[in-house]
Amino acid sequence: MDYLVILLLQIGSAVASLVLMSIGLAVIFGMMRVINLAHGEFLMLGGYAAITAFNHGVNLWLAMVVVAPLAVGLFGAVVERLVIRHLYGRLIDTMLATWGLSLAMIGFVTVVFGNTVSGISAPLGSLSIGAYRTGAYEIFLIGVAVLLLVAGWLVLRFTRYGLIARGTMQNPAMAAALGTNPSAVYAVTFAVGSALSGLAGGLLAPLSGVVPTIGAAYIAKAFITVISGGAAILSGTAIAATLLGAINTLATFAFTSVLGEVALLVAAVVLLRLLPQGITGRFFRRAL
Amino acid sequence: MKAGRVKAGPVKAGRMALAGNLAVLAAGLAALFGLPAFAETYLIINSTIFAAFAILALSLALIWGYAGILCFGQAAFFGLGGYTYAVAAINMGETTLPALMAVLLPALFAGLLGYFMFWGRISDVYLGVITLTVSLIFYRFVNQTAGEQWNIGDAPLGGFNGIPSTPILNWPGRAGDQLAPEDIFALSVGLLLAVYFGCKLLLATRFGRILVAIRENETRAELLGYDVRLYKLAIFMLGGAMAGLSGLLFANSVFVSPTMFSLPVSGQIIIWIIIGGLGTLIGPVIGCILMQVLTNWLGTVSQIKGFGWVDPNLVLGVLLVIFVLLVPRGLTGLAAGVWSWLKGLANRAPAERSATREQTDP
Repeated sequence: MDYLVILLLQIGSAVASLVLMSIGLAVIFGMMRVINLAHGEFLMLGGYAAITAFNHGVNLWLAMVVVAPLAVGLFGAVVERLVIRHLYGRLIDTMLATWGLSLAMIGFVTVVFGNTVSGISAPLGSLSIGAYRTGAYEIFLIGVAVLLLVAGWLVLRFTRYGLIARGTMQNPAMAAALGTNPSAVYAVTFAVGSALSGLAGGLLAPLSGVVPTIGAAYIAKAFITVISGGAAILSGTAIAATLLGAINTLATFAFTSVLGEVALLVAAVVLLRLLPQGITGRFFRRAL
Repeated sequence: MKAGRVKAGPVKAGRMALAGNLAVLAAGLAALFGLPAFAETYLIINSTIFAAFAILALSLALIWGYAGILCFGQAAFFGLGGYTYAVAAINMGETTLPALMAVLLPALFAGLLGYFMFWGRISDVYLGVITLTVSLIFYRFVNQTAGEQWNIGDAPLGGFNGIPSTPILNWPGRAGDQLAPEDIFALSVGLLLAVYFGCKLLLATRFGRILVAIRENETRAELLGYDVRLYKLAIFMLGGAMAGLSGLLFANSVFVSPTMFSLPVSGQIIIWIIIGGLGTLIGPVIGCILMQVLTNWLGTVSQIKGFGWVDPNLVLGVLLVIFVLLVPRGLTGLAAGVWSWLKGLANRAPAERSATREQTDP
């Protein structure tokens, strides 16, 4: 029984970190059809922002939840102005340019912070369930992931900004004809997506630590989750993260953690072969 | 007069292409025979790596530039070629058959993967994701193969450390009689030339033209009756074979390690092509050699005190962004643009003169 609970918690934690990792990418890809290959480095930057702020005496929670998203959100806004804006509608070129950006960010952070691992210890201590112990922080992250998904759904479904965003996503030309400014919507969307990535980077930093090259560990998983999720931003990401996270954890429990990752990747490849448009390209098509 | 001018166009273009081919051939032969005469072993080995990478650049230049398949995981075939060779050579002793396997196995694997992707009608981003994922799977898997249980025959896969004792090629049929670094260099440059002109010939055939047609408009090519999937599969397998060949040569000048499968390798190839010029063959080769020289140089510069900020990643990344934004056709496109601009300048003067004369004549 305890074993089952701990297994479920592990699955939940894996799903939550997949959701956190990919939500920023999902917002940007889903709304703008822009693949941000520097997404992993946005997460990395969020981690560094949180750790740097914490080392300068900022409260840890403030550093993770406020400083990291703000810093990365601002950075994203600048990137959108300088680079992304000129490449709308050119999917491959955006991928290449953001990939260059990711290299440049790795190089820059290496120069500034050095090629070493920095970290902060996870807050909240640990929790015992029967004979097993697990970090309370992981459970907190599950809560954050759920909260983010619900908040995102509420914003998209019930606010004016959400309506405009959905309209622009469906038909930019028509939305423009009705008086919105798609380019402004895109700019805000990119900044929001970046801020979400920064938040995720800050929140994940205590678990994984940060190195300049950590983005590579994030990008593939985020990329895969978003693409397997398909067109619907929130439900697609949630479903794909649940499926892949469960497969990852089960394979990790059965074999080793490396084979767990390999199982996740293989599952994603098979999934894309069966559903080339992603899960929400076939099922739940009208979901958000 | 006018008819003559129209005729002159293609003839002139043909002559230009011939001149270009001869220039490439001359440069290749000069490197092949000139370099060993004066260069030290270090430079020879470095140049061998360049030649191996240039073949890798050609492999993606062919499938991306001419067939429109953007493969983010070309490193998978590169690494597979290297590892196949290393494992087979350690087990067999004689290296001729392992060298052949290093080309064939990646091609077969590309065939399998390609069947999966092209018959599933997966395109664009999705194809990028799948190829990227496959190369990551290899990377993760090979990275953790330290220890006895991962030996294939006599060959330990060695996990993160790779196989430092990768055997060097021997002369065919004479096991143990290894090639000297100069011979490996000659072999690499020779193969580079062969692959380059092989690609040129291939693109001039009917098959090559259909590939370009598919790149330009897949639906139209399909409606004209060509089985697009089959053509894409064939070129993808050829690209896999070329990447495997490159891995084989790389394994002979360095040794095989999991980094061969890594994301930076796949990305590097894309940078070479973007900098050199997508849709050409010579561009990626030039881009590859330029970028390798630049990275090596930056590596040494960043060691100097006060220049620690010169990080190769930083410079490469900024270069890539600049090229995508401002020089989308790469160096070869830029050169062609400058050339036709200069020609325009030279032609304008006489053209204006004749125009004014025609006006005044009647």
